Amino acid sequence: MKGTVGRLARIVAAYSIKMVLLLLAVSAVAFVLVTASPVDPVQQYVLHMGTAVSSEQREEIEDYWGVDEPPAERYLHWLSRVLHGDLGESSLYRRPVADIIGERFLNSLALMAAAWTLSSLLGFGLGCLMGRYRGRWPDRLLKSLCYILSSVPAFWLGLVLLLVFSVWLGWFPIGFSSPIGALRGEVTLGQRLYHLALPALTLSALSFSNIALHTRQKLIEVLESDYVLFARARGEGEWAILRRHGLRGVLFPALSLAFASFSELFGGSVLAETVFSYPGLGSAVAEAGLGGDVPLLLGITLFSALFVCVGNLIANLLYGVVDPKIREVQE
Amino acid sequence: MGQAAEALLEIRNLSVSFHRYGNGFAQEELKAISDLSLTVRRGEVVAVAGASGSGKSVLASAVLGILPGNAAVEGQLLYRGEALTPGRQRALRGREIALVPQSVSFLDPLMRVGVQADGSRRPRQTERRRQIFRRLGLPEETEKLYPFQLSGGMARRVLVSTALLADAQLIIADEPTPGMGLGQALEALRMFREMADEGRGVVLITHDIDLAVEFADRVAVFYAGTTVETAPAADFQRGEDALRHPYSKALWRALPQNGFQPVAGHQPYAGSLPVGCLFAPRCPCRTEECERKTPPVRQVRGGEVRCFYGA
Repeated sequence: MKGTVGRLARIVAAYSIKMVLLLLAVSAVAFVLVTASPVDPVQQYVLHMGTAVSSEQREEIEDYWGVDEPPAERYLHWLSRVLHGDLGESSLYRRPVADIIGERFLNSLALMAAAWTLSSLLGFGLGCLMGRYRGRWPDRLLKSLCYILSSVPAFWLGLVLLLVFSVWLGWFPIGFSSPIGALRGEVTLGQRLYHLALPALTLSALSFSNIALHTRQKLIEVLESDYVLFARARGEGEWAILRRHGLRGVLFPALSLAFASFSELFGGSVLAETVFSYPGLGSAVAEAGLGGDVPLLLGITLFSALFVCVGNLIANLLYGVVDPKIREVQE
Repeated sequence: MGQAAEALLEIRNLSVSFHRYGNGFAQEELKAISDLSLTVRRGEVVAVAGASGSGKSVLASAVLGILPGNAAVEGQLLYRGEALTPGRQRALRGREIALVPQSVSFLDPLMRVGVQADGSRRPRQTERRRQIFRRLGLPEETEKLYPFQLSGGMARRVLVSTALLADAQLIIADEPTPGMGLGQALEALRMFREMADEGRGVVLITHDIDLAVEFADRVAVFYAGTTVETAPAADFQRGEDALRHPYSKALWRALPQNGFQPVAGHQPYAGSLPVGCLFAPRCPCRTEECERKTPPVRQVRGGEVRCFYGA
């Protein structure tokens, strides 16, 4: 087992170097895009202050933003502050970006974790079911459902769910992460989950069919393989085959797929959170974008890149754990 | 082989066909095995020899009852004198009847070889399996390897070990030699010969007639899903004249050491088999009768032949 730990540590180290380079590239591209965009951060900052600004004050602000510096120098300044943990101050919220991300991310994490668990479990379970009964009616029914779900846009699905379950039936709240008017300390876990249900469902629909269809395909491949034929010839029953060969061949590809889908998850959360006015990172992106809040936008961009990278890293590690051939290559 | 030895497997007039959807809604029927008869006794290696696509592997699946769902089976299968019903096939496969498949692709690529060879049966027979691995000359650490780490010869022995572990009485080896060097192939066939000498019955499915003749007691020549002739292996060594069926003779002549003459024409497609004798369209001595009626199996000089004229 010591070898395994060493191997994993090496993969993590190698991947971390790549991750740092990638984050640098992402930050540079994001910075260039923001610089080239018509958004004037100083103007936005002043606008959001809501009061008149004297010309001295404005100069001070311009100085803070480095308006007179060349863009490269501005980037390096910003980067060095980021490296010191200072992501700047949001011009919308007048609070440090890092605090906002931390707070919003906790909300988003709850949402994404719920959606992720739901879509992984359901996707895997139904994928296995479809594979097991391939070509028969449970398979055909579920397959159509998957195709429909994967072709429906998430925000539209969110609107339909909202309309049906919140407006018509009144089973679920219209939006937000807690009852309107409730104090933060008073919100119970039950209330949080209750508010989470519809957005999580919407978000899970996004990656659910992907996982289900992949699992189905993989299981069919396994069940039609030579080695399952041989297992049958050796007297292994249907269930023993599913357990011994089916799960082994299907479980970890599905898990890797689930971890690799972090980027879709984050992208989807922007739409789902906006539709349900859920105060997470996704809706913060939309607000920052629309409100011209450059520090917040850059901060979240970096953070989401990191989030996706971590998902990919976990997926990479899992491949190696599961597939002995990949393990050998990694060694 | 004395005739007194117990008949392990008797196949009587077996036909296997597959339904398949062709163009549009037309259903196509592929007859993979037609009217096949074969007997395997204890202590005997029976080679089933024929070209690719002659239905040899389907035969193995039919005996084990692991044909795909779109297959229809007719005829009789008997194991030790009793009918092989689907229920009995389920109970016997992996215990009394074992398959030795042809390549490493029949091992689960994600499972270590040892656990895999142990099988799903409880209690686990790990100790006995280790003995068998040793007997087959597999090094101790083999059990920790994954299939892709095995050499061709090791994979073969792992596959053979499963039949030995099951302590099967009837062993069906499906193309056990392709892709092996001559030395490995001889070694593999020697293992099957030993199993038969210990009182088991072995069906050796192969397209390598030369090697089969070396190790088998009898050779069943397969053509288009049926046996056209079952002859003592020695007849193949004696030559063309000792054989009974025109196809066997042609096959013999096609061997490199016997002139390397190919037979004109090709094996009929399973979806459109000719009426009458399946070999008639290519047979040099066919008559009108051959094209109308299927010839019966006749006993000729200690062998069986499916031909009106074979002598």
